[in-house]
Amino acid sequence: MTDNVQQEDIVTAVGTAAQAVFSTMLNLPLELGAAHHDATEPDSFDGVVALVGVAGSWTGGGRISCSPRFACRLAESLLMSPYESVNEDVLDAVAEVANMIIGNVKTFFEERLGPLGLSVPTVIFGRNYRTRSSGVQKWTVVPFRCGDEAMEVRFCLMPARNHTAPASHADLVQTL
Amino acid sequence: MPLDVLIVDDSAAIRKILHRVLVQADVPLGNVHEASDGNEALERLKVDKVGLILSDINMPNMDGIEFLSRLKANDAFKLVPILMVTTEGSQAKVMQALALGAAGYVKKPFTAEQIKEKLTGLI
Repeated sequence: MTDNVQQEDIVTAVGTAAQAVFSTMLNLPLELGAAHHDATEPDSFDGVVALVGVAGSWTGGGRISCSPRFACRLAESLLMSPYESVNEDVLDAVAEVANMIIGNVKTFFEERLGPLGLSVPTVIFGRNYRTRSSGVQKWTVVPFRCGDEAMEVRFCLMPARNHTAPASHADLVQTL
Repeated sequence: MPLDVLIVDDSAAIRKILHRVLVQADVPLGNVHEASDGNEALERLKVDKVGLILSDINMPNMDGIEFLSRLKANDAFKLVPILMVTTEGSQAKVMQALALGAAGYVKKPFTAEQIKEKLTGLI
């Protein structure tokens, strides 16, 4: 992290954005856990991951992960319909939750870093897969609990070597 | 008189939520049309005339800012009120949308009340 983007700022921005989305649009309680740094990528995922890229004079992005059961719960709360398994509606709901959380974190940092762009979200559902974001040296990991379910938000932001459009993450997913 | 509405957002979830909010807001709804980006919205408007548009900004193919500017440059549509409903919260984008002729701006996440309040002055 640099002087302009400290881990505490990211935790504050992610926590505020997630709380706003959960209280305003999902009507679900959300409890912030202990944030930490992680320089590694998780070995594998089982469940739903949504990725949103940020680009401009600073670059990076955010990643939200949760279990299939919690993804269904998010969709139920957002769309007011029951979902027993992950389908297109559920993936779209998780993508939109990620878009709102990461989008608001982006807006938070624009005030000090200048204009930043946001990619459309990419959402992935499966078992035993790995995601990799090129060039990310260190994630700020912000865990949340919602009842007996967990959700994790990872975010990173670093000075760009070249200004580019926000990248899609779709080509960065590796099935193990 | 029933109001035909076009909802433009790449998220089907948000399109569904906005439709629900319009019903909750007691808007005298006619047909509610949907499009997933600016291109699709312009195509839809060639067929279906509407009295209100709710549009996202950050969308693939054609974003909400370009859609808004094309709409306002077209005599057939320039008087249709457009409410921007978007995650894009930077002051520059807000000012740009309003300067191009957006009738209002609601930032996601939003409450039904916020949408209703913005619609009150438009319809």
